[in-house]
Amino acid sequence: MSQTLSYDVAHLIGAIVLMAGFTLLYQRRVFAVLNTFAFQAFALAAAAAWQAHVQNAPHLWATAAIALIFKAILVPLALHWLVEKLGIHRAVEPALSIAWTMIVGVALVGLSILLVLPVTANAAALTRESLALAMSVVLLGLLMMITRHNAVTQVVGFMALENGLILAAVSAKGMPLVVEISIAFSVLVAMTLFGIFFFRIRERFDTLDVNSLETWRGEGH
Amino acid sequence: MVIAAALGALLALFPLAAIFSRRPGVHAAVHAACLLACLTLLAAGLAHLSAPGGADQTLILPIGLPWMSAHFRLDSLSALFVVLINLGGAAASAYGIGYASHLPSPKRATPFVPLFLFGMNMVLLSDDAFVFLVSWEFMSLASWALVLADYTRAENRRAGAVYIVMAVFGTFCLLSCFGTMVGPEGDYSFAAMRAHPLAPTAAFLCVLLAVAGTGSKAGMVPLHAWLPLAHPAAPSHVSALMSGVMTKVALYAMIRILLDLRAGVPWQWGAALMVLGAVTAVLGILYAVLEDDLKTLLAYSTVENVGVALIGIGLAVAFRDNGEARLATVALVAALYHMFNHSIFKSLLFLGTGAVLSATGERRLSALGGLLNRMPWTGALMLIGAASISALPPFNGFVSEWLTFQILLKGPSVPHWAMKFEAPVVGALLALAAALAAACFVRVFGVAFLGRPRTAEAAAATEVGWWMRAPMLVLGGLCVILGAVPVSLSQALSVALAPLTGATVVMSADLGWPWLSPAGAFRGSYSGTVLALAGLALFGITILLVHRFGTTRTRRAPAWDCGHAEDIVNAQYSGQSFSEPLARVFASTIFGASETVEMPEPGDMGTATHTARKTDPIWVGLYQSMVGWSIGSPIMSTSCSSCRCAAIC
Amino acid sequence: MTPVLLQLLQLLLVVTAAPLVTGWVRLVKARLQARRGPPLLQPYRDLYRLLQKEAIVAPSASWVFRAAPYLTFSAIWLAAMIIPTFSIDLYLIPAADLIALVALLGLARFATALAGMDIGTAFGGLGASREMLIASLAEPAMLMVTFTLSLLSGSTSPAIVAEFVLHGGIGLSVSAGLALVAMILVAIAENGRIPIDNPATHLELTMVHEAMVLEYSGRHLAMMEAAGMVRLTLYIGLIGCLFLPWGIALPGASGLELAGGLAMWAVRTLALSTALAVFETSIAKMRVFRYGDFLGGALLLGLLAAIFHYVSEAV
Repeated sequence: MSQTLSYDVAHLIGAIVLMAGFTLLYQRRVFAVLNTFAFQAFALAAAAAWQAHVQNAPHLWATAAIALIFKAILVPLALHWLVEKLGIHRAVEPALSIAWTMIVGVALVGLSILLVLPVTANAAALTRESLALAMSVVLLGLLMMITRHNAVTQVVGFMALENGLILAAVSAKGMPLVVEISIAFSVLVAMTLFGIFFFRIRERFDTLDVNSLETWRGEGH
Repeated sequence: MVIAAALGALLALFPLAAIFSRRPGVHAAVHAACLLACLTLLAAGLAHLSAPGGADQTLILPIGLPWMSAHFRLDSLSALFVVLINLGGAAASAYGIGYASHLPSPKRATPFVPLFLFGMNMVLLSDDAFVFLVSWEFMSLASWALVLADYTRAENRRAGAVYIVMAVFGTFCLLSCFGTMVGPEGDYSFAAMRAHPLAPTAAFLCVLLAVAGTGSKAGMVPLHAWLPLAHPAAPSHVSALMSGVMTKVALYAMIRILLDLRAGVPWQWGAALMVLGAVTAVLGILYAVLEDDLKTLLAYSTVENVGVALIGIGLAVAFRDNGEARLATVALVAALYHMFNHSIFKSLLFLGTGAVLSATGERRLSALGGLLNRMPWTGALMLIGAASISALPPFNGFVSEWLTFQILLKGPSVPHWAMKFEAPVVGALLALAAALAAACFVRVFGVAFLGRPRTAEAAAATEVGWWMRAPMLVLGGLCVILGAVPVSLSQALSVALAPLTGATVVMSADLGWPWLSPAGAFRGSYSGTVLALAGLALFGITILLVHRFGTTRTRRAPAWDCGHAEDIVNAQYSGQSFSEPLARVFASTIFGASETVEMPEPGDMGTATHTARKTDPIWVGLYQSMVGWSIGSPIMSTSCSSCRCAAIC
Repeated sequence: MTPVLLQLLQLLLVVTAAPLVTGWVRLVKARLQARRGPPLLQPYRDLYRLLQKEAIVAPSASWVFRAAPYLTFSAIWLAAMIIPTFSIDLYLIPAADLIALVALLGLARFATALAGMDIGTAFGGLGASREMLIASLAEPAMLMVTFTLSLLSGSTSPAIVAEFVLHGGIGLSVSAGLALVAMILVAIAENGRIPIDNPATHLELTMVHEAMVLEYSGRHLAMMEAAGMVRLTLYIGLIGCLFLPWGIALPGASGLELAGGLAMWAVRTLALSTALAVFETSIAKMRVFRYGDFLGGALLLGLLAAIFHYVSEAV
């Protein structure tokens, strides 16, 4: 298989991850957000698997499996269960309208390209592209965390951000497995913590809108 | 010599018209004389352009300040604009012959029309800063007097106040701009300015002041606020002159300073102009699409078209600084083509609005309707104007839109990241503006000319006289010709603009005559001629086939309307209801557009009200906070009560 | 001489095949919804039946109402002429590029929207207003796709883009992928398909295109319906020619190659129209005020595609 084709396929899968990042911003229902997130994780698993195949690096298969099992299946299912269990309001509450979020998203992609280009001036165009893609996914996840009120969507935003990190890790040749495993576990821990956190917020305030927390920081009232 | 005579005649008409303004027939006579003068100047401009290798004509007169003489010069750039301006001027003057007598107080308008035309022509011919600024003031003050022609209306007085302040601001900027460029020993002639190199700071200030001064006259956002107040306030044929022609004089001044007097304007200015142009285009058309007053709407649409021309000028500046002379020529051709087009269809639309105004006394869309059946000529010509301004093939608006978009596609060939990222964004905004323009003019034509009349005045409208129809016919014909034969004009423009950029481009190099395809500039081609012919053939074939294989029987019967048999005129879509979805999608953030509906309680017989409000952020943010102007239109709100909503199932 | 012949052949092909494409989409949709559905050739019969019926025109209508169906149809037909389907060696190809194509479709829309407003009923205006809203975002999105393709291939002409893709010039590029998605979103919106509009609905509040042509009958309605069918075929052909041009005949092709091009066009059209039917069956129509997000998304995708081009391109 030619070198260019393998890179092109990798970039296309990366682009699908990025598209899913945009779709996350576009959704208005919590369940749709979870489904999209599962799709993004699935695409990420595909990206890792492709890299495993191309680079002939067996440890990347493990990364792909982790992404597939945990992020594409378990985490969305768990969040789904949480949302149903807690009876969380199922509409996404955007702090910034969807159209503006997407415009800011495109601006962020532009920004990440502008950042990546000078850094990788000597690198091949191929590495540049995957780095720009991964960085855009990270920034979009960040944007989602900033512009969505609901705690569930914030968690999804956090994990989308982390998807971007993994995407960067798998695209770079020779990244050891330790990094990915540690990332995966940190996410798992974060997930558990968030779960407990949800229950606690919910018990205290009867809502998962993080704005309600502000009164407890001593602002307001 | 001919030019001097025509200009002298225009100047002399002013006192004559003022003295004899009470005589019957003087208004028609003055406008007829203006028409003659404009046609003479038009011919002179054309003669200069068509003369092979025509040398610049210069004239130095010992008038003005004692130690200076006045310099005049006719080069190919000014000749182009002389043609453009006098074309619009001739149409407006001819229209004035029939229209002036409809005005409430014609004697306050007529004397200033020749003065206005004189001022605009003098700006184009001036070859030193002194003559330029004096002519510029002639133009500003004459148009200011025309804005106040109907001073009995409070909003016109407000418009006059805002206009004079902005005009003074613009002149002040230009005065300082020329001040920075002045040659050694205080030489104010353009030739000395060309030869005089500037220090970096002075060069920066000079360009900034030039953009601000000319941009404020042209209606560039954020200096556009006066334009939609002042242009509609003048009589309709003068509105056509102000919108269609005067903005071009301002753009002429911008081209003259940025591309002729200053040798190396850096590409960053071009990039900045492109962004300004794109923002101007989108904001202008967004204002227009929400507007109910037909003349104000057209004025806002002028803001949009100035934005499109600015994109072309900005591209030319950027290309020229990067040594891409050929691309710079094409960019400038696109801008100039658009200016020609705009002066033609905007004049046509303003003249048509004047016809509607004189037939119905109304210029609000919400008071019109069904005019096409009552004013078939005006209606059909307005349709041509609407299709042209919406950039639809095979009309002229599309040609310049196509050229602008094509040359924008070459924007990334400027090797700077800012330019590469900017080009797609500007392209997206330009495309958005064009699409919104189509929505805007579907709304204008659909509400005013189609459907059923909304008022008794609209129902009683009759067609206007031939003196008013004829100039519209000429302009409508030009819309079709310039659209269907795009190569000839663009080639002439390319030749005439070559001295500015240093390269002539053969606009049909790749494929020959009717195909617009500048060689090497971009790989893409368009032929309005072939497209129009093929389209006509298909149109004919379609009709023939349908009539051959189908029936030709037609019956007049009441509309179906999903079974709503009641004949309520107000149930049809109004301009406001048409733009409501657009307002919701585009304007809720930018203009803070909001709606409130108050429904009476069940059993309460009171009327329901629906109020739509929007705020102009630029007005509130810039003008109101800076000078404390609360006049004008800080909040544009409209409300309607107890009309039947369209959404009945 | 060949380009002229091929051009005439394409002219006939597009018009004769268009009702078949529509019939196929309807049939597949019906089967997916567990209905028997109309026969494949029903659209031809419908058009013929409409042509035989007298046209009814409201008293307030002007000549715009009567001219619009023919204008709409011929503008779309003209646009379909310049999209290569089986061969790129067409006589009229240089007359219009993708920008002019967008504008030609805009001309058809302009005529239809005006016709919708001509009778002066509430529904006509409703349809026109919503159609122009959709167009105000779909048109720029389409132009952004054009922008991207032009950056990639150096030309805005569909024939040159197709040739470029055929020779492997674009390959698997992220930009082209994003542009393809944007293009599909635009095609869905412009053809009035679910989730933007429902071609089968006559429920007043949900219709867009149908609302504009509500007052039409007889031969006028036939023209409007036929225009819609040709537009669908045109967009399918456009996506095929820009993104999947394999099999398309190049200038100087032999008779066999032309036949192959024709067969490949049929395969592409079949595949894409089946995909459309599946897509339409699997999702629901969206609220009018989400159009902005949907099409704004398409516009931003187009923009993203253009921007991403600079990453892959070594500068």
